[in-house]
Amino acid sequence: MDKKLRGKFIFIAVVIVICILGIIGFPRSFQQLKENVRARIRLGLDLRGGTHLILQVQVEDAVNITTDQTMERLRDELKAKNIPYADIRKTDSTHLLLQNVAQEKSADLEALVRDQFSDWNLSRVPGDPASRALNLKTAAAVAIRNNALQQAMNTVRNRIDQLGVTEPTIAEYGQGDYEMVVQLPGVDDPSRVKDIMQSTALLELKLVQDGPYPSREAGLAARGGILPPDAELLPGPSGASSGAGGGGETWYLVNRVAAVTGRDLSGAEVSRDVNGRPSVNFTLTRDGAARFSRVTGQNVGKMLAIVLDHRVVDAPVIHGQISDRGEITGGFTPQKAQDLGLVLRSGALPASIKYLQESTVGPSLGADSIRHGVMASLVGLLAVMAFMLVYYKESGINANLALVLNIIILIAALGYFGAVLTLPGIAGMILTVGMGVDSNVLIFERIREELRNGKAVGNAMAGGFDHAFVTIIDTHVTTIVSSAILFTFGTGPIRGFAVTLTIGLLANLFTSVFVSRAIFDYVLTRRQHGEALSI
Amino acid sequence: MEFFHEPKIDWMGKKWLFIGASLCLLLAGLVSIAIHRGLVYGIDFRGGTLVYVKFAQTPNLDSIRKALDAQGIRNATLQGYGSAADHEVIIGLDLQATASSGELDVGKRAISGALASVYGVGPAGKIDLNNTSPQTVAERLLAVDPLQQAPAGLETVTKTYRELADALVNFRNSPPRSGLIADFQQLSAVPGVNAAVISALQSDFYLSSYALRNTEIVGPKVGSDLRRQAIYVTLAGLGAMLLYIWFRFELIYGIAAVVATFHDVLITLGIFSLLGKEITLTVIAALLTLVGYSMNDTIVVFDRIRENVRLNRRENLVDLVNRSINQTLSRTILTSGLTFLTVLALFLFGGEVIHGFSFALVVGVIIGTYSSIFIASPIVVFFQQRAGRSSAGDKPKAYARETAGARR
Repeated sequence: MDKKLRGKFIFIAVVIVICILGIIGFPRSFQQLKENVRARIRLGLDLRGGTHLILQVQVEDAVNITTDQTMERLRDELKAKNIPYADIRKTDSTHLLLQNVAQEKSADLEALVRDQFSDWNLSRVPGDPASRALNLKTAAAVAIRNNALQQAMNTVRNRIDQLGVTEPTIAEYGQGDYEMVVQLPGVDDPSRVKDIMQSTALLELKLVQDGPYPSREAGLAARGGILPPDAELLPGPSGASSGAGGGGETWYLVNRVAAVTGRDLSGAEVSRDVNGRPSVNFTLTRDGAARFSRVTGQNVGKMLAIVLDHRVVDAPVIHGQISDRGEITGGFTPQKAQDLGLVLRSGALPASIKYLQESTVGPSLGADSIRHGVMASLVGLLAVMAFMLVYYKESGINANLALVLNIIILIAALGYFGAVLTLPGIAGMILTVGMGVDSNVLIFERIREELRNGKAVGNAMAGGFDHAFVTIIDTHVTTIVSSAILFTFGTGPIRGFAVTLTIGLLANLFTSVFVSRAIFDYVLTRRQHGEALSI
Repeated sequence: MEFFHEPKIDWMGKKWLFIGASLCLLLAGLVSIAIHRGLVYGIDFRGGTLVYVKFAQTPNLDSIRKALDAQGIRNATLQGYGSAADHEVIIGLDLQATASSGELDVGKRAISGALASVYGVGPAGKIDLNNTSPQTVAERLLAVDPLQQAPAGLETVTKTYRELADALVNFRNSPPRSGLIADFQQLSAVPGVNAAVISALQSDFYLSSYALRNTEIVGPKVGSDLRRQAIYVTLAGLGAMLLYIWFRFELIYGIAAVVATFHDVLITLGIFSLLGKEITLTVIAALLTLVGYSMNDTIVVFDRIRENVRLNRRENLVDLVNRSINQTLSRTILTSGLTFLTVLALFLFGGEVIHGFSFALVVGVIIGTYSSIFIASPIVVFFQQRAGRSSAGDKPKAYARETAGARR
């Protein structure tokens, strides 16, 4: 055999070996072969079963929180700098209104905003010379929103990791609406996961000024109808466990500013309280512990409210200085205690999340889909192979070999790239077969034409391949271009389709031109002089 | 073996026949879309809730509907799915039914509640074996230890029961059970299961008479986003094709190819509307593939036309185009035939889930081939003749006038 030709065949053999290894690894038994295949070929949710969620982070929440915190800070700073004013109000998520500022303090106010509130613009209010407006700079607001999205994604990822879902996918989604996509393979009942992901989990420990009251009005009334600026009323546990005469709600008047928040947590574990009921024990960081011990040391005998998502879960009495740990009880079931521990460990969500789309494929449907896909592939493949044999006789064998190699390369490439195989992806494989064999048809038809025009076998073959090559490139490029567009705009299953179609067509370029040519050249060397080409 | 031995058909002569047929089909489709039934959007575009439920016996649709009414859901659609023996039903709620509450899955929970009220919930403390995961089964079996493996050590025992649970759940999921076991005794077919295992399962689990196989919930925002995206994507696809063919050939060829492909997409959509088939995201993917595929055929013919033009500048354009089509006819019909074979296999054997996708491809391949031969080439001839070129190598008359004027 010609040396160049032998080189070609060695190259092809190497490719085949790499591909087969890529698919089945080094199995030592049939069982292991199946396992290896299952490990290497990643199945999409529609074939494996699982849940696909699209959620939107309500980033305006984060902006609102920042504005609220700024309002509090401004109050403190205005008092410290001795700048009198009538009122501060929040007019919307990025605007504050400062009413009736003393005129002679204008310069001081401007200096204060410039130094301490550099993310805010101070401006006059048209029609109201004594008031000033503060608005959050656009760049700052955008930064807050983006941070909220990233932080939310991290928190969600933490929580899902702790749940032990295998190979989840959490990624940004869509164009700029702060959406993310979460894929949970194998989860066919997503309600618990959704609750855990969505829980805001804002933990705050606040000193109780007064309470419990049986209703919000009672709490207000005790203060003459107006709450002092440093306190707020929060609802507490309702039902028989309240001390205010049973069967109703309880309300507590607590400090507005928390002594310790969830950010100071260093851990949260599930255990049992003195009565044997499920509880959550938390530990604090060094900073948090220092603050905690100061507050508890100065307030022995008072109650400390444990506030979760703006609701008082428990309000135990401080018996003595505690430094770095605490316990939350509150009528939890074991499952709820576990979920609470998980959620506290992962940190609070900076903004609430809203579900936009949910799709759950049960595993039995996934198994059905695999079966259907494989069946359709086999039928399609066999039909095409049979036709090629009948229509092109022995050259049909050439085309079929190229076809089979095409599919092997395709499956191996999926494994090596870690691409996900979906049901439309299997359809893409079938389409590759149909479109791929087109290249061979192009070449063979051209060879037939050249033979008809009287060319010698060798020239006819070369002519066939050369003339057809340009057209083959053209046809592959157009389909690959539309696949690329599908990949950019599509999600999940459609991406799988675009990927298999593209890889399949690229592999087809290799098999139909390089491999087919090599096989033809080999046939030529074996051919007797004057024998016709079987095509 | 050869189908077409040197055909010599006058394609351009018959062009009005073909264009007429196309226009009829196009018109029928457009009328159906505009007036008669419109485009039936799938849930990805419409929004709403779809739950696929498989029942052990023929389901009583009326009582389910009444139970849904009791939950406050009116206008639910209940539709059989697959063959009658499968006892599968799709329960669909549109966006309106669940729009009042802010929660996305309020419809699904209502459906679960309705099914539970009709078919009952199992005895307290027992888990539904038909709707549970392998981990739960493994945990319970480990606790009871019916195979008395305890002496073998914790790790071995855990592994044994995990494999057993996997085998049990796989058995449940494969056909003909397809996710629903009617009787505990069916499980004795699983290797490794004996009477002790079955009685352990019976004590901890019950068998509900229905299983949720698939759930799709699409909120309003996602639905409208997708609709917009689908249109952009299709237009982007067509635009990209135009640019590519303009680059490889001439603008006129590009326009002809795009018009032919656009015609394919419209007719396919029209057929979907006429037959009332749903348009989902995968159908749009099929249409885009069709755009790429239809271009293939058209390019092959244009390639041949271009080659012949280079060889025979003097020849009449109409004759040349006819000859080009005849020369490539064999290849065009063959390739389309082979692609059609594979797409037909997909349509017949691919299952219900990608039914819309494979139908779009089946229709599209036929129409795409037809348009490459009968629509794209006549358009090229038409434009070239309008531009004043009646023989292949002619420059357009306007250009000739200009150069003549310059020379004067």
